[in-house]
Amino acid sequence: MKVDFEEVAVRELSRHYGRRRALWRVSLTCRAGEVLGLLGPNGAGKSTLLAILATLLAPSAGEVRYGDIGLRDAGPALRARLGFLSHDLHLYPELTARENLRFFARLYGLDRVAERVGEALAHAGLSERGDDLVSGFSRGMRQRLALERALLHEPRLLLLDEPFTGLDDASVGALVARLRALREAGRIVVVVTHDLDVAEALLDRLAVLKDGRLVALEDASGRIREHYRASIVSRTP
Amino acid sequence: MFFRVAWLVMRKDLTVEVRSREILYTTAFFAVACVLVFSFALVKEGRPLEDAAAGILWIAVAFAGTLALGRTFERERHSETLRALMLAPSPRAAIYVGKLLGIVLLLLVVEAVLVPLIGLLFNVPILARPLLLTGLLAAGTVGFAAVGTLFAAMLVRARSRDVLLPVLLYPITIPVVIGGVRGTAALFELPPSGEVAGMWMALLLFFDVVFVTLSLWTFEPLMTE
Amino acid sequence: MKRSYPFLVLAAVVLFAAAPILVDRAPYESTMGLVQKIFYYHVPSAMVMFLSALVCGVASALYLFRRNAAADRWASAAAELTVVFGLIVLVTGPLWARKAWGVWWQWDARLTSTLLMWMIFAAYLLVRRFGGPGAEKLAAAMAVFGMANVPFVYVSVNIWRTIHPTTRVVPTLAPGMRGVFWFAVLAFMVLFALLLALRARLEARRAEVEELYLMVEED
Repeated sequence: MKVDFEEVAVRELSRHYGRRRALWRVSLTCRAGEVLGLLGPNGAGKSTLLAILATLLAPSAGEVRYGDIGLRDAGPALRARLGFLSHDLHLYPELTARENLRFFARLYGLDRVAERVGEALAHAGLSERGDDLVSGFSRGMRQRLALERALLHEPRLLLLDEPFTGLDDASVGALVARLRALREAGRIVVVVTHDLDVAEALLDRLAVLKDGRLVALEDASGRIREHYRASIVSRTP
Repeated sequence: MFFRVAWLVMRKDLTVEVRSREILYTTAFFAVACVLVFSFALVKEGRPLEDAAAGILWIAVAFAGTLALGRTFERERHSETLRALMLAPSPRAAIYVGKLLGIVLLLLVVEAVLVPLIGLLFNVPILARPLLLTGLLAAGTVGFAAVGTLFAAMLVRARSRDVLLPVLLYPITIPVVIGGVRGTAALFELPPSGEVAGMWMALLLFFDVVFVTLSLWTFEPLMTE
Repeated sequence: MKRSYPFLVLAAVVLFAAAPILVDRAPYESTMGLVQKIFYYHVPSAMVMFLSALVCGVASALYLFRRNAAADRWASAAAELTVVFGLIVLVTGPLWARKAWGVWWQWDARLTSTLLMWMIFAAYLLVRRFGGPGAEKLAAAMAVFGMANVPFVYVSVNIWRTIHPTTRVVPTLAPGMRGVFWFAVLAFMVLFALLLALRARLEARRAEVEELYLMVEED
């Protein structure tokens, strides 16, 4: 029972913790072949939104639809089409790169495991380090490996939480190129980032969150910095 | 699919553990230290209190088990790998089973060290009814670990998780301790009472069935925030 | 206040006013004398405690499996009452035992089981208070597991105790005492129902205030 979708629609999504509003009535849509950026100051709710999209967190109100499937009906079939990468990278430092990939490949029930693992290592530029323990890897290497892990099962929706933090320029460039390639291949990519340079290079559209609310949702068209500053400044009480 | 995933998770845990052996060594050593502390507390003029051997064995298992549970899930918390496991398109309860099997195996190895030690220190006949003793230990360990794995998993994201685990776990697993201690004490008597031990083992097995089932049901609702 | 509440309050007040009169007039037990009358508080408290624990367990299961927020409020209220009435049982029990049989604690099967259940629900409250966000679910699991444990606790503690001889004499109720006893039970049940309803209602109001806060902050 394979699931697929061309569009993810978020409608009036809210999430609160007691009195603290993490998200309030956020609505947006992302389509296949598009990179959507989530920008905003710290505590704006970007990571919360991403976690809800990844089905890791339940919303307090509102709805998310992945094509025809609603968040409430989300199950293993939907999870098979989602890829999620958070700041913590989700890698086992005590295992080798190859073992990490193999574990997740098998966990996802993929076929041709050895082949896919080899390809993933190649994409990450870690083919020679495949049998080294992840604990010995630099941040950049782990990031590349973690990204490939998230992509092993060829997800339709890729959710990345601040993937550019702590990377040197070369790694940033490589990651941007990889994400562009995924966009060309028709995936939906949602990226949370603080880095406005990267945003300018990569994003098709951007959504700006402030205090849990969506304050701007626009096409990028190369004027990201202006958009961003304008939306943050204009809503300051 | 379910058992395949459980097996995968267990094998991954064992691989990680075998590489460093950190949890195994520290837990085993802690258990031995427990036995010594309690022995000093409960042995007077070279003579232990009645049934002290059985009691000390199970206390050491309970304390060491709590430690092992905490450490195992601390590992998963470190890189938020538990989240990655929850994201996988497999039945989430299978993750629970995998983790449970790993913990049970670890504790059984620790018990394999403790039982001879107890036999030595207290001169109790550990080899009189070996199968029944093993069965009793296994049944009790599974019961303790079944509840412990669930609670430790759900505490991964909670505050005060280190102290909350024993606070939650011990009251619920008191029947396991009662059954384990009384059954083991019956086996350490001279002559060993197989009937009494068998009865307690039956109770423990029943406990296992009920609580593993309950844990399987509640794992998913508990782990989704 | 809802219309039923004044009635309940009145009923509780009347029952509690009458109870001391009835308890005072009940016949004295032959061997223990005045001390035995603590029984009219000890046993009904125990019954209320177990009923409260059951309510908490059921409500917690509803909350866990059906995500019913109201159920969580009832569970929290019931847990508090379990701990309170449990405390009454655990204090009156040893007081009675000391005067009647000379020892504070005898590892009697029922009192020990009560202590265990009390600890489980005290742990429930601790988790709710100190568990951080999402603690309600943890506590609910604790309550459900606690309820599932009741038969095991009962059986294992009972068998554990019968291996050791016990000196406790279980009193049989003389006819004059039966009426007073059931009256006391009724009084405690009414009190329980009232406290539970009030406490759950307080939580419901609190939840409403939280919702209002959320809405007010919208510009």
